[in-house]
Amino acid sequence: MTPSSPQSNGPASTDDAERLATFEKRIAEGGVIEPKDWMPPRYRQQLIRMMSQHAHSEVVGMLPEGNWITRAPTLRRKMTLIAKVQDEGGHGLYIYCGTETLGVDRAELIEQLHNGTAKYSSIFNYPTLTWADIGIIGWLVDGAAIVNQTMLAKASYGPYSRAMIRICKEENFHKRQGYEICATLAAGTPEQKAMVQDALNRWWWQALMMFGPSDKDSPNSAELMKWGVKRKSNDDLRQRFVNLTVPQAQAIGLTFPDPAMRYDEATGDWHFGEIDWAEFKAVVKGDGPCNRERLAARRKAHDDGAWVREAAEAYAAKQRAARRAVAA
Amino acid sequence: MTSPTIATAPKGGETQWPLWEVFTQEEAGAPHQHAGSVHAADAELALQNARDVYARRNEAISIWVVPSVTIIASTPEDVGPFFDPANDKAYRHPQFFKTPRGVRVF
Repeated sequence: MTPSSPQSNGPASTDDAERLATFEKRIAEGGVIEPKDWMPPRYRQQLIRMMSQHAHSEVVGMLPEGNWITRAPTLRRKMTLIAKVQDEGGHGLYIYCGTETLGVDRAELIEQLHNGTAKYSSIFNYPTLTWADIGIIGWLVDGAAIVNQTMLAKASYGPYSRAMIRICKEENFHKRQGYEICATLAAGTPEQKAMVQDALNRWWWQALMMFGPSDKDSPNSAELMKWGVKRKSNDDLRQRFVNLTVPQAQAIGLTFPDPAMRYDEATGDWHFGEIDWAEFKAVVKGDGPCNRERLAARRKAHDDGAWVREAAEAYAAKQRAARRAVAA
Repeated sequence: MTSPTIATAPKGGETQWPLWEVFTQEEAGAPHQHAGSVHAADAELALQNARDVYARRNEAISIWVVPSVTIIASTPEDVGPFFDPANDKAYRHPQFFKTPRGVRVF
């Protein structure tokens, strides 16, 4: 992620048409685009939109879990949850710095998150009611994220793809952490098993929604696939996730809240029922159970941290002044 | 540890600290490679942030942080002429030279 120097994407000309042709040829050949390379303004915009949403999701994703750090049932669970939440903060940073190579400021992106103009994954607008939810989030939410991010690790934009490779390595720890919690509860008392089954019932459909609208209703998919940012469609990724997850649930004796679910011998896929897209749209628009609470918590964390930023800044200024005095 | 003086530009009351590029060395003898970047008020904090962000799992035994503004890079537009001198000197590669028949291990 080299210092960015966003070139002006001036008026369309024959020059631009030529550059666009070279750009698209390079992508078609599996080439990687780097920050200083020419790119169509629309490619830059789409990447900024997608990468910043992704970074925001990592950061907001810390909130539902942070809620359970003080309530984790054992020291081992507490330590691993803290480590997971710390990773999510790190993931946000990797992607923010990738986004900055496109010529946009991190401060600007964070402002968009805080004033509600930027989006983040709607899954984080649901409440974490019990300890089992923390297990389910690690297993299903991080599991779904891995399926998506494994594809994005091959994205055509170098800084994004490199951030994803780094993130994928770490998400595996998250998924196992969550699955271990679920397996332990599923093998526990009847109450514990009921608690984890209830959590699965509440999160399953939301996890499926994480892959975004169905291909036929996804406004950005075609363009993102043409430019190699995405390599697989939302529906393909969703199917892959379901196929991976069903046997994992069966192994620990949990079931899915979907009467339509069945194995299709012909395709080898697990068929699943219709997703409630009206709910998805409402939550994306800001009307989920926790949208307001999450943003308020995020803003408070940022504001409460102001003194730390000011202190670091003051200390750095003092050090600079001291060096100047020595040099003089 | 010395930190170069870099102008910091507060934006609308919001401090946007300078950007630092992070290079990590995975093991002794390996080169330092670019890992990513961090924002930090000074070099010491940049180093600590880089450790927390890029070396949480023993990925590094050594870290460099470099103010991003001090990096001078070649540009994609100049790649052709800039690397030209290498293109017409095939004799810099061992394959350029013929070895007599019968010499198997060289």
